[in-house]
Amino acid sequence: MTTVLQESSSVHEQPQQTQVRTDTGLVNKLSVRNLSFYYGDKQVLFANTLDIAANKVTAFIGPSGCGKSTHIRTYNRMFDLYKGHRAEGEILLNGTNLLDPQVPALELRHKVGMIFQKPTPFPMSIFDNIAYGLRLHGRLSRYEIDDAVEKALRDAALWEEVHDILGQPGNQLSGGQQQRLCIARALAVEPEIILMDEPCSALDPIATAKIEELIDGLKQKFTIVMVTHNMQQAARVSDFTAFFYLGKLIEFNKTNTMFTNPAKQQTEDYITGRFG
Amino acid sequence: MKGFKSRAWGDSVFRGATLAFAVAILVLFAAVIITLWLAAQPSIERFGFSFLISSVWNPVKDNFGALVPIGGTLISTLVAIIVAVPVSIGVALFLAELAPAWLRGPFGVAIELLAAIPSIVYGMWGLFVLAPLMADHVQPWLQHYLGFLPLFSGPGMGIGMLTAGLVLALMILPFIAAVTRDVFLMVPQNLKEAAYGLGCTTWEVVRDVMIPYGKKGIAGAVFLGLGRALGETMAITFVIGNAYHLSWSLFAPGTSIASTLANQFTEADSDVYLSSLIELGLVLFVLTFIILGLAQAWLRRSSPMGAQ
Repeated sequence: MTTVLQESSSVHEQPQQTQVRTDTGLVNKLSVRNLSFYYGDKQVLFANTLDIAANKVTAFIGPSGCGKSTHIRTYNRMFDLYKGHRAEGEILLNGTNLLDPQVPALELRHKVGMIFQKPTPFPMSIFDNIAYGLRLHGRLSRYEIDDAVEKALRDAALWEEVHDILGQPGNQLSGGQQQRLCIARALAVEPEIILMDEPCSALDPIATAKIEELIDGLKQKFTIVMVTHNMQQAARVSDFTAFFYLGKLIEFNKTNTMFTNPAKQQTEDYITGRFG
Repeated sequence: MKGFKSRAWGDSVFRGATLAFAVAILVLFAAVIITLWLAAQPSIERFGFSFLISSVWNPVKDNFGALVPIGGTLISTLVAIIVAVPVSIGVALFLAELAPAWLRGPFGVAIELLAAIPSIVYGMWGLFVLAPLMADHVQPWLQHYLGFLPLFSGPGMGIGMLTAGLVLALMILPFIAAVTRDVFLMVPQNLKEAAYGLGCTTWEVVRDVMIPYGKKGIAGAVFLGLGRALGETMAITFVIGNAYHLSWSLFAPGTSIASTLANQFTEADSDVYLSSLIELGLVLFVLTFIILGLAQAWLRRSSPMGAQ
């Protein structure tokens, strides 16, 4: 009787929050509860509920327009910039609801770094690209900034390539280097979570491999959520995978389980390439 | 394959035609310089280099020097640029970033319409509206608070360098603002979001990302305004005062190259007089060329960052 009930219940009536819980020995960094999102009158996310585990890589997959990018863009309230965009529900970071208007967006964005599809180096030198965020958020001495810049560049596996050209403009680096520069910029301010919106889709396979390797190392210190169109990438890099379809969270599980033994027919169809 | 040859022939005709148009521009350019040079010969032979550094302008004794008009052109242009650039950037930012969507269209059109007002209308407005306003309110205020500077000394009569500069500023503002707005609109959304994502305020995004990114485009817009301001004639003629002496004070009347030409061409009764006016035109040509050339060179030399 119980099994019948479970099978017949639809996804968002029974939020999938059971996979990432303390029983697996993991700490949740972020808890998303009934997150819905609207562009004006049009609802594009429907009561998404999931937990993001600390120091793990969580990948969001799904066909274009399924809401995965919209979903991660709520984590740093990027939608605040646009009129008529609004989110409902809760996103809890250390017990604070990020969607609460009382939480200042500037402070929140300090804690939640973001990497975009195309590299976005600022129009300034390599050094200043990284020092910029540091100066924005605190008074540091020159030495402290120098150290922090070097550390961020090392963490982003870019130091060896740029340490003698720090004064050159950031946008003269190659695409892959620019993307690692952006990652270094995000790391420098020591965020709690790093969001990556298809970070490799504009890069060649070699640059992609470097970024993937980097992501794997970064999870020691950071919690990473990435959106990707590339299912092999999700399988290679992530610990957990969430599958979105038409704004709904269809399935959320350990990446291994998800790719070898998906629970939902839709997930299986997508993963095996039958649609999307 | 039929018709292949005739189609390829069409290509070379097209190429030749576009080349001819391009060359025609250069020929015209050279022709203007040569004509001016030849017509200015009597004056060049008589005054030589001292034409450029003499501040005498005496039609009765046929003694002419260009220093006063050159100075007036440069000063009024400088005032115009100093006033117009910050205002234009502010207008452009408002239009591109801050204005609510429903306001952007009408407001943008209104700014562009400013460019459609004939310059003689600006001149009349400057003379009948702005000049009295300056004389009654702005200049006394400036003199009261900044009168210790030579720039704001002397009696404010309304017409003069400052008023001319302000009218010019208003005239070049729509050009600079419209181009700068387009430059700001070209800043990639992701780049702005990256800056916001780092915790920037709107002002920080504008100052540290948008303006540096659009630096080249903004500079281009400023040169466009600069070029216009240097050669502007009618509006300036109305409000600059047409006095042939140089003064430190921006309140004092002066003259510019273009307004001198406009005022005196019909009165030039001797060959040297006419020739001096033509040499003045040549000077304006060269001056504009040098300033825009320097600006371009400076732009190319200054850091290669910004809009690619």
